[in-house]
Amino acid sequence: MSDEDADETTRLMSVESATQVNSSQVRDEGRSSRGRRSRRSQNEQNVYTDDREEEFDADEDTRTNQELGRDRRQLRVRDVSPRDSEMDEEEMLKYGAKSVMMLIVPVSTCMLVVVATIASVTYYTRSDGTYLVYTPFHEEGDITKAQKAGEAIANAFIVIGVVLVLTIILVLLYKFRCYCVISGWLVLSSLMLLFFFGYIYFQEVLKVYNVPMDYFTLSLIIWNFGVVGMICIHWKGPLRLQQAYLILVSALMALVFIKFLPDWTTWAILAAISLYDLCAVLCPKGPLKILVQTAQERDEPLFPSLIYSSTMMWTIGMADRDNSQDSKEAGVSKSQTNSQTDDVEEVRNATESVESTGENAEHAVRALGNHGEEEEPESGNDPQQVAEEEEKGVKLGLGDFIFYSVLVGKASSYKDWNTTIACFVAILIGLCLTLLLLAIYKKALPALPISITFGLIFNFATAELVKPFMDSLSSQQAFI
Amino acid sequence: MTLMVFFGCTFIAFGPAFALFSLTVAKDAEQVIVLIARKADEGLLSMINHQSDPLRKHRIAYVSGLGYGIISGLFAMVNVLADITGPGALGLHNDPQNFLIVSAFLTSCFVLLNTFWGVVWFHAWDEKKWFNIFLVVASHLFVSLMTLLNSKHQYLASLVSAYITMVVMGALAFKTAGGSLFNIYKLFSRKTRTDH
Repeated sequence: MSDEDADETTRLMSVESATQVNSSQVRDEGRSSRGRRSRRSQNEQNVYTDDREEEFDADEDTRTNQELGRDRRQLRVRDVSPRDSEMDEEEMLKYGAKSVMMLIVPVSTCMLVVVATIASVTYYTRSDGTYLVYTPFHEEGDITKAQKAGEAIANAFIVIGVVLVLTIILVLLYKFRCYCVISGWLVLSSLMLLFFFGYIYFQEVLKVYNVPMDYFTLSLIIWNFGVVGMICIHWKGPLRLQQAYLILVSALMALVFIKFLPDWTTWAILAAISLYDLCAVLCPKGPLKILVQTAQERDEPLFPSLIYSSTMMWTIGMADRDNSQDSKEAGVSKSQTNSQTDDVEEVRNATESVESTGENAEHAVRALGNHGEEEEPESGNDPQQVAEEEEKGVKLGLGDFIFYSVLVGKASSYKDWNTTIACFVAILIGLCLTLLLLAIYKKALPALPISITFGLIFNFATAELVKPFMDSLSSQQAFI
Repeated sequence: MTLMVFFGCTFIAFGPAFALFSLTVAKDAEQVIVLIARKADEGLLSMINHQSDPLRKHRIAYVSGLGYGIISGLFAMVNVLADITGPGALGLHNDPQNFLIVSAFLTSCFVLLNTFWGVVWFHAWDEKKWFNIFLVVASHLFVSLMTLLNSKHQYLASLVSAYITMVVMGALAFKTAGGSLFNIYKLFSRKTRTDH
């Protein structure tokens, strides 16, 4: 089962340009020095003017960044002087609102796909008696509700255990730079999702609408669908197509969860996974926190097949690799960008210790090169601009998409639209709150806890309290 | 037939709300999020200071009223609508044939009423206009109580009273938001001028 898609990515991360004043400053310096070096080797005559330009650019960037940082500080202490920073604050809020919209649209799309499928295709709500391997208790037979709850909780513990183990394996692989293994793993799982579950989905949709189709046409369609998906997700493709495929993959995975998890177990798993997400992202030694930190230290994007990004995923990595084909230069740039964490001082240290870390960085670049050597260098022409584009995006793990959709889909599987709408709204409110917290704390945050908690509360409250009330009201046609 | 009824009732119930939403809210959804994310008083303050558009003051009221109305309308109507598409027929247990269309019209009315109530209510608390607060509560109670007649199939009474209240509250909300008859006159006269 390829639920690693779901598991390893339950985090929400953002690399806003305005937030990381020092780090982007550092990165600019690193970039300009890198540019300087390459240009020196290319064209001796233009070096001087180029340097001037680069420095000017870097200066301006740092200045704007500092200004932004100041605004943000004012945002924090806005009780003291709310008037001065109102316009800047409005800018900040507008920026935040834009990122909210950029996530609300795909999340809603994913949930709508799942709800529409659940409403029309009965296959995904029908229980065939087959369940995932991770849920050995099936809540079947003549058992009391207490036993059912016990089985559900036991199932949830087993699933969370599996998730934890797989996450730790992934983090270890990432830590020791086994990029080949990770990408192989991800390619395999998305291959299975796209082809196998895509096939099942397509077949069931055809059955529902009573459309006859021969296997030849079907295989042609599935092949085209799957191969385009693989290319878009793992290599490159138009941004919209990539996003569409990521949403589709999440929806397929959510449908599989809804179909193959026992009824109560689904709710137990939803509750447990949000708690797990909270711990894994926020605990000091949480596996997901380590993963995100390692990725940030290495200045790499996390795996594009695991994270939905509102902007292009792979460009920054490509640009880095592209510019650092010479391993010596790579050593310089890498070790400088590596130390973007906190201070300018650190950069100085890093520049001093270039020689010592060079070998390590070379190794890293080699690993990266292996990871994506077939990627074309041409779109890395303007690394700075590309990086800025990249930084503006907000990222949401596909796991979040999946579990949001599982919750809404499960709620809609009881054929009550009030509950579905309530869950939908609750999850979007939770997402907005999470993004608000993201703007405040400016670090990777778990996206599941707030949304799933809201979703669970709204689901059960609506199903038990609001729905009977609204039903009797609407049958009497009384409006309140 | 069922599909036609479904779409007809859906458009009657949510057509006006959808039009309002797509014309006013959807265009600058980001701004709405900004307004709601902000602390209400602070937001109002800065809006008064910075924006020349007098309508902006009422935007929070309008958007929250519309949102509240749409959700309440959805909750009231969505299961009925879902039942239409399913198997089964209407009017079996001596139920009236126009059950659905009355529900749809009332839902539409309540969505709009909630929007108007929102505008009037917010402004009334802002300006301490106790009479308007009382008016909102009283009219809400009146319209809701009138819908109790529906169970006795007195559709005409409930529909007419609800729509009259809606028109009155709409006029009141328009006046609250700074509108007047002169504004409407100016709107039309300007239009004719551009036509020539």
